[in-house]
Amino acid sequence: MEYVRAFLAGGVLCAIAQLVIDRGKWTPADVAGSLVVLGVLLGFGGVYDRLAAWAGAGATMPLSGFGYWLAKGVMAEPRPEGLIETGAAVFRFAGALFAFIVAGSFAAALICKPKG
Amino acid sequence: MGLKSDYLREVKAFQPSPSYAANAVKAFLVGGTLCALAQWLSDWYGGVFAASPLAAQLWASIVMAGLAIFVTAVGKYDDFSQFAGAGATMLIMGLANALASAAIEHRSEGWTAGVAGQMFKAGGASVIYGLIAAYVLGLVWP
Repeated sequence: MEYVRAFLAGGVLCAIAQLVIDRGKWTPADVAGSLVVLGVLLGFGGVYDRLAAWAGAGATMPLSGFGYWLAKGVMAEPRPEGLIETGAAVFRFAGALFAFIVAGSFAAALICKPKG
Repeated sequence: MGLKSDYLREVKAFQPSPSYAANAVKAFLVGGTLCALAQWLSDWYGGVFAASPLAAQLWASIVMAGLAIFVTAVGKYDDFSQFAGAGATMLIMGLANALASAAIEHRSEGWTAGVAGQMFKAGGASVIYGLIAAYVLGLVWP
């Protein structure tokens, strides 16, 4: 059942994004940025916690999930205080993903030549 | 009636109309399937390594991102996102693809100015907007 919920949530988010790209005036990069910011806003509001509890990876795998990790780093206990702790807390969870993607992309460029 | 609007009206009959419904269904099916697969991975990590739900979900996202980087390196992600549209680009896998493809593409310009400098060419916007939003909100949130 949780796979069905993940499928539905992730699928609906992607379908909406596709419709906005096709019908609206936004470029895919605009939509991607908006999804991340939406995830941050809903993450701070506490809405995304409930969505993630319901849909699991259906909520955390879309780009809004990346925004949710950013927000969750700040909202998770113990809450950060001040400029330094907040700046570090943003990367508490999202940093795990971010560092892996950056290092992985560099490694891919080390090994591979462009194709096609 | 300017020249431009006349032209746009004239060529309209010859432009293929994008199939909105078919694109949305493809994005729904592919995006949904990838999320279900990530959910299965997350369950597997939670079970085998007794990871906390949060760590298991992070692990699942990292593995899926690694998969996307691998498929990009092999040169097949373009074909895949051509078919799936937002189902391939609006996931964390899409961010991994944007960074990896930019890094590989600019390899010939050198490691510093090319790979490292251009890596965020396509994926930078979403990371930067999200980072600013989370940082600023985090500073002012009670």
